[in-house]
Order: sequence, then C-alpha cells, then structure tokens
Amino acid sequence: MEFKDYYKIMGVERNATQDDIKRAYRRLARKYHPDVSKEPDAEARFKEVGEAYEVLKDPEKRAAYDQIGSRNDWRAGQDFRPPPDWNTGFEFSGGGYTEANDFSDFFESLFGRFRGGSQRESAFEARGQDHHARVLVSLEDAFHGATRTITLQMPRLDAEGHVVTHARNLNVKIPKGVIEGQQIRLTGQGAGGLGGGPAGDLYLEIAFQPHPLFKADKRDIHLELPVTPWEAALGRTVTVPTLGGDVQLKIPPGSQSGNILRLKGRGLPGNPPGDQYVQLRIVTPKADTDAAKSLYERMAREMPMNPRAQMGA
Amino acid sequence: MNAEHDDALEGVLLDDNIRVSLRELCDMCDVNAELIVEMVSEGIAEPEGSEPHRWRFTGASIQRIQIAIRLQRDLKVNLAGAALALDLLEELAELRHMRGRLLA
Repeated sequence: MEFKDYYKIMGVERNATQDDIKRAYRRLARKYHPDVSKEPDAEARFKEVGEAYEVLKDPEKRAAYDQIGSRNDWRAGQDFRPPPDWNTGFEFSGGGYTEANDFSDFFESLFGRFRGGSQRESAFEARGQDHHARVLVSLEDAFHGATRTITLQMPRLDAEGHVVTHARNLNVKIPKGVIEGQQIRLTGQGAGGLGGGPAGDLYLEIAFQPHPLFKADKRDIHLELPVTPWEAALGRTVTVPTLGGDVQLKIPPGSQSGNILRLKGRGLPGNPPGDQYVQLRIVTPKADTDAAKSLYERMAREMPMNPRAQMGA
Repeated sequence: MNAEHDDALEGVLLDDNIRVSLRELCDMCDVNAELIVEMVSEGIAEPEGSEPHRWRFTGASIQRIQIAIRLQRDLKVNLAGAALALDLLEELAELRHMRGRLLA
C-alpha cells in the first residue's frame, strides 16, 4: 500500500493550524462535491479530501499521523507498511468518525475500519448507502422505451490511493418518455446494509447521448432542416425526420433561413407530449457551371436586393 | 444491447407524474419528517397539498430534496444556503444547456 500525503491532498503546509485545515477542507469539499462539481473525477477527489480531513481535523489522529511522517520522511505514493508500534503513546477516543465512508486501506491500516463509531458496532444496524449513477440513453430509446444492459463503473480508491473502477452490469427498463435529468429509482440496488439493515437504493440519472440530427430540450426536439432557396421562396411540402418516423412538413412560401416551424406533439412522449421544432437553413446551390453562374447573374439583375439595408451599409 | 430480457429491472421513474407522500419520502431519503417540513418552508421543494399529511412530491422535488440533504451533510450548508445553491445550480445547468446548443 502507498503512503498518502494528507497535507498535500489538502494543499496545506505540515504546520498548518486547525483553522487552516478546516478552511482548506471546506474549499475543496465545495470544489469537488459530486452534486456541484463538473470535474470528471469529482467523486474520487471528494472521498480523498474527506479522508485527509478525517485525520487532520482530529488532533489525536493528526499527531499520530505526523509521528509516522517524521520518523521515516515518507513521500506520497511510496510503498508503505505501518511500523508495528506506530501508535504507542496515542490514545484514541474513538469518536469523531463522521461518515461511514469508504476510506483507503492506508487509512484503515492506521486507524482501523470504523463504521460510525466503534462502540456501537456490535448492535449497529443501518440501511446501506444509496448509489447514484448517470446513464446515457439514446433519444430513440427515450422515445420508444427499451430494455438495455448498462455497465456501471463504481469508482473506489484502492490501497495505493488510485481510482479503480469495478464494473457492474444491469438490465434495466428505460421507460418510454424519459427526459434528461430525471431519475430512475431501483429499490435495494444500492450498497448492502450493515448489521442486517436493508440495502440502499440505486438512482440512475438520465442523460441523452448526442444525436446526429436531433437535440432535446426537455420534451421538445430541435432539428435543423436544410432547404433550397426555391423551397423556401415558393413553398413546398418536404419530408422531415422525427423520432417517430418521417413526416410531411409544409414549408410556407416566403420562408427565410432561421425560421422555425413547429410539429406539434412530435417530440418526446408525455402528457402533454413535446413538440418538434424545425429550423430552416437555406443552402444555396454552387455556381460551378456557366449555366449556374448565368442564373445567379440573372437573379441579381431581375430581383436586386440589399440584405444589409438595415445595417446602414 | 438486446431489446428483451426477462430479468430486466424495472425501476420507478421519478418524473412529473409520480406522487410521493411525506412518509414515503422520509423512507426514501432516510431522514425524519421535521427536516422535510423545514425544507418545504425554505422553498427547497413545493409539494402539492396544503397540510403535511396531504403533501405529494413530484420527481423534481424529490431530486432537489436529496441534493439538499447531501449539501447539508457534506458541506455543512444550512437550508437557506442549500436552497440558494439549488437555484443557482439549476440556472447554471440551463445556461450550460443553452451554450451547448449554440455551440453545436
């Protein structure tokens, strides 16, 4: 197992005051809290900082930890075995383990495997922790509903303090009409209970996979639709993809690039269902032949316009 | 990624259609009712129904309450602070979503 430099993890000097340590912890906890942070490794960092604080905030544990550091001049990551008599002369009051967190083996080799206070351990019964995971779902599956095998990576700190992931496969029904940010609660699929307590729950938070055509905004679906200048100018009925299949959309005469047309009820299902918004984007044909060039020139002559008139240019 | 499995887990979707009572919510979150009552008076969640025993919470309220519990436990934020953080987090998520659409 590797030595963990709790001071380095907290970003404080070895002679930091208890107040400095508390301030550093509060700042890092806010930065890496999984509900707040966008850092990819937020959960692992949050645990690591919590473990460092568990030791450094408690003068007894901190003094014992400092004792090891000063004896051998340990460096973070170095292979570590606790000296057999390392904690002689220190008396632990036992309390002060605030969370039943998964601490690293390094922590447990020094301070033991405490779960909410050692005194109560024998008669202690608790519900297991809830677990949370984000799952990526395709828009098609959200539209039709599906059963999918999802692989959850459960991050954990190993004995060396590295983040290791343990994969778990679950077959889960994705209900029709889920939208981004909603949760699916799977009762009893979280962490196991302690002392005969019930297991926690697993919450799957839905996120959508990027789609080549569609973008979702809650239940509404947005699509950019390329059209020709004559389809926009003269009006035409065109085929438009939706999650439920192709539909016919009437482009009104005189449409401009950027205009948005609504296909009512063609978004994600629900009560009421979402709409699909189609934004027109006019694509001009290339002037790559003499005939095409002369057509453009004729348009310039016969229907001159200044699209920048409102800019005063 | 096959479509049909007989052993597939069917979870409960916490959406706008679900209605959870105060008691069910306490069981789900492993907290006492007083905390939820305080959170409601702080505006963290807005259940339907006038009296606590008639309250019904939707998926979005359940999610806000669960985040508030974690912020309070992990960051020692008081309930007013948690309510503020939740509002700001929601605004941030909306802005990120908008930016994502504009950049795409």
